[in-house]
Amino acid sequence: MSDNKELLERNLKEQDEFEKNQVIMTPGQLIAKRFFRNKLACFGLGVIIVMVLFCAIGPIISPYGEYEIFYFDVNTNAEVRMDKVSGNPNLGVLVKAPISASHWLGTDADGRDVLTRLMYGGRISLTVGLVVVGIELVIGILLGGIAGYYGGAVDMIIMRLCEIFYCLPFVPIMLILSSLFVGYGISPQKKIYFIMIVMGVLYWASVARNVRAQILSLREMEYMQAAESTGIKTWRKILKHLVPNTIPIIILIATMDIGSVILTESVLSFLGVGIAWPYASWGNMANVVTDSIILKNYPNIWAPPSLLILFTVLAFNFIGDGMRDAFDPRMKR
Amino acid sequence: MDKNTQKARLKSIKKFNAVKYKEYNKKQRRKRIPESEYMTTMADDHNILEFDNLRTYFYTDAGTVKAVDGVSFQIPRGATIGVVGESGCGKSVTSLTTMGLLAGPTGQVAGGSIRYNQKSQNRAVDLTKLPRKEFEKIRGNEISMIFQEPMTALNPVFTIGDQLCECISLHMPELKKDEVEARALEVLELVGIKREGILNNYPHELSGGMRQRVVIAMALCCDPQLIIADEPTTALDVTIQAQILDLLRNLKDKINASIMLITHDLGVVAEMADYVVVMYAGRVVEQGTAEDIFHHPAHPYTIGLMKSKPMLGEKIDRLYSIPGNVPNPINLPEHCYFKNRCESCVEACEGLYPELVSLSKTHKVSCYLCGKKGGEN
Amino acid sequence: MAEEKYVVEVDHLKKYFPIKSGILQKEIGAVRAVDDVSFRIKEGETFGLVGESGCGKSTLGRTLLRLIEPTEGTVKINGIDMTSVKKKDLRPLRPSMQMIFQDPFSSLDPRMPVGEIIGEAVREHGIVSKSEYRDYILKVMEDCGLRPYYIDRYPHEFSGGQRQRICIARALALNPSFIVCDEPVSALDVSIQAQIINLMKDLQKERKLTYLFISHDLSVVEHISDSIGVMYLGTMMETGSKEDIFAKPLHPYTQALFSAVPVADPDHKMDRILLEGDIPSPANPPKGCKFHTRCKHCMGICSQVEPEAKDMGNGHIVKCHLYDDK
Repeated sequence: MSDNKELLERNLKEQDEFEKNQVIMTPGQLIAKRFFRNKLACFGLGVIIVMVLFCAIGPIISPYGEYEIFYFDVNTNAEVRMDKVSGNPNLGVLVKAPISASHWLGTDADGRDVLTRLMYGGRISLTVGLVVVGIELVIGILLGGIAGYYGGAVDMIIMRLCEIFYCLPFVPIMLILSSLFVGYGISPQKKIYFIMIVMGVLYWASVARNVRAQILSLREMEYMQAAESTGIKTWRKILKHLVPNTIPIIILIATMDIGSVILTESVLSFLGVGIAWPYASWGNMANVVTDSIILKNYPNIWAPPSLLILFTVLAFNFIGDGMRDAFDPRMKR
Repeated sequence: MDKNTQKARLKSIKKFNAVKYKEYNKKQRRKRIPESEYMTTMADDHNILEFDNLRTYFYTDAGTVKAVDGVSFQIPRGATIGVVGESGCGKSVTSLTTMGLLAGPTGQVAGGSIRYNQKSQNRAVDLTKLPRKEFEKIRGNEISMIFQEPMTALNPVFTIGDQLCECISLHMPELKKDEVEARALEVLELVGIKREGILNNYPHELSGGMRQRVVIAMALCCDPQLIIADEPTTALDVTIQAQILDLLRNLKDKINASIMLITHDLGVVAEMADYVVVMYAGRVVEQGTAEDIFHHPAHPYTIGLMKSKPMLGEKIDRLYSIPGNVPNPINLPEHCYFKNRCESCVEACEGLYPELVSLSKTHKVSCYLCGKKGGEN
Repeated sequence: MAEEKYVVEVDHLKKYFPIKSGILQKEIGAVRAVDDVSFRIKEGETFGLVGESGCGKSTLGRTLLRLIEPTEGTVKINGIDMTSVKKKDLRPLRPSMQMIFQDPFSSLDPRMPVGEIIGEAVREHGIVSKSEYRDYILKVMEDCGLRPYYIDRYPHEFSGGQRQRICIARALALNPSFIVCDEPVSALDVSIQAQIINLMKDLQKERKLTYLFISHDLSVVEHISDSIGVMYLGTMMETGSKEDIFAKPLHPYTQALFSAVPVADPDHKMDRILLEGDIPSPANPPKGCKFHTRCKHCMGICSQVEPEAKDMGNGHIVKCHLYDDK
């Protein structure tokens, strides 16, 4: 029997040793591993990184300005830049120039470099996306968190408020606001800020709902009750248990929403109520397709911004999908 | 450096899995499989189902999980076989394989066969090779299944009557509408819940025990040859469990079907089963009649399992407990899987996995201890 | 008997969950989850609470710890009346009463390493000084059969049995005197069940713990308990010492419950009392004795008058009209 015991001990030790040497991973590492295993998500991440670099660094490298209009000498056909215009009477605006070495994507109907405007437009589109999502997250998490954690009457009021915001027709409101901006003569630059704030305020309801739902389900988890029964302070409970476990869903909402906000902004700009002249945004650049001649003959003007919108939104959605699968592997398939 | 080897290992697993998936998809796409491929002969015509060295593997990203690894046992006609084991021992996968419900291409039958004695066609078929069309004729019709969760096994948006009648008319298309309904009431009577208006009830209107009866009724509606009951009473309360077990026992006499009862509860098995199969980590460690297993258990795992469950009316100060945990199913060792937890392990256990040894006509054990002693325990 | 110290004294505890309906959330009724329950637990003993799902045994456990506010009645733990303590004064009292949960998968925060799970509340209550902290956690882990290198691992790496050990360690780290164990082994495999039960028994002996052991598994309850209470639809039908209850169960429900347990012996004679029908809804319990709808010995009086608790000697208390005249 002693022989047996020795063997058993050795066996247990063996298993112990095996366990000890196993590579351990934190939940974060596990999520990252699952995320990077998803090829589409990696592709999406790559696209976004390229897009950000393009918009952030591009304008620095580009020799042209955002609203620089190009002219050409009627006699020599040579290109003339805006700062050299003065005193030359024989100038025409270089509109709808074809693709060339100096203008990689040609110039648009007002004689501005398409590639450069794409970079500046991207800056605005991405910034709008980030800021709007930031605003909606701040409001949504705060209200959703309060509603979910405290429940009762507070919860009911906030949820009814959510429903009201759900019912607001977005496009008509933007149309009205836009005409108000015009009526009060608000500068295009200020208009951008206003649009961001208004979109953020109008969009918080879905965030609040998701956060509330997550907190409600977390509250039912036994570890929250365990935290209660071990007598942990309320703020610690929120900070150490609730917040870390809601972060995945918040990141997920944020990624998915950036895509849709960029798309909405483009739609607004396309309709002429969003980002206004002279600022570029992908949406108002694509707006030129309303001109049938441009639509037919100059795809180099409208196709690039449209494609960029498409790829960016698609990429954000891929990342979002990848994240959802990474956070919750059971959701897959 | 550890990371690199790990990476290389994961890569090789991925490659290996891709090959397996491809093979599987190719097999799935095949049309018109010749009958000769899935026809077999039963080892004993009295059996309804024979598992012969069945191996079901799951090709996961972390490696190959040998969920069922060389399982062989028989289900005689009219008998109740109890398959016991702890979670992850492969008992549920065995039943899923039998029903052809494996989630491919991750889960595949890697070898062996399940021979089914198809009396209706007077032939024996291999369920692992049976084409889908043929399988549909057997599944639900001749072999039916009772699931663990009565709530999830029933569709909440249809009435009990809808679900039963659909099931019946699907498998017996020759019946008329009122005949189908009559048949539905007949099976409900069989499970003891025939009452006015039951056909118009929705699942949520019934209690857990009633729902499980409906699930059993559904399994019975086509006069199955074999009923696979996967933990049929685990989700139920003791008093309701007693009712359901009582029902299953009575049914067996009435309908002349074999029952394959999968459970982790030794008490349920002792009450219900004629033959018992004990599984551990994907393998059968011991099998025999209920008498053999409960009165003369031979494998240390079976013995440990029985000792670790307190019995009513028994006075012991300290429970016996099997040390350690169930081994990781990926990359199981060559030696006996139970070796690391076994208190009576000997030097021989370091060797290959022990063969199944017959202790008597019905009693088989796979353990080095028993081979030597030759039948005693 | 009288000098013995009771760690837990529960008197006429009630917990009703209101059923609300309509826009105005008017109360239209109540689920009587716990309905006038009284019992006592001696120091270092285990009180086994058995009953079927929905009988209110989990609610009772949680109400004792004031995780759920009781509707009526008193709970005294270590002589302190928990029901009258103000909510904000409750926190310092928490460490002395702990809970072990049923589901080892949802009772551990997936984003915290094991050491933090166990030690979070230890630091919060300042049970040991900062310099001793790590050693203290390792000691508790060792007591619960956890390897020291588990301290930095996350719950997802562990099997059910090990997770349950972590839960026990978390409760134990606070030096409690009373632990509510809410079905601690029902989610585990048989071989692991035995390990956890043994661990709990050992810890009880070492630390003089008092347990309220809630379970639907009678054989486990019999093994671990000193006295037992049987609940049905929120009412304590029968309480008494383990020996009394198992040797001569008095209440028809207890008798039926015991006979329903399958025995791992094929030769076991089956003289089972099969209960007809299902458990009635606790929102609308039957009048009179709650069990009379399923009772074999139901008499006229049973459907009219709720039976009083009767002491049949030696602290064996039963609520049934069958014993009215005794």
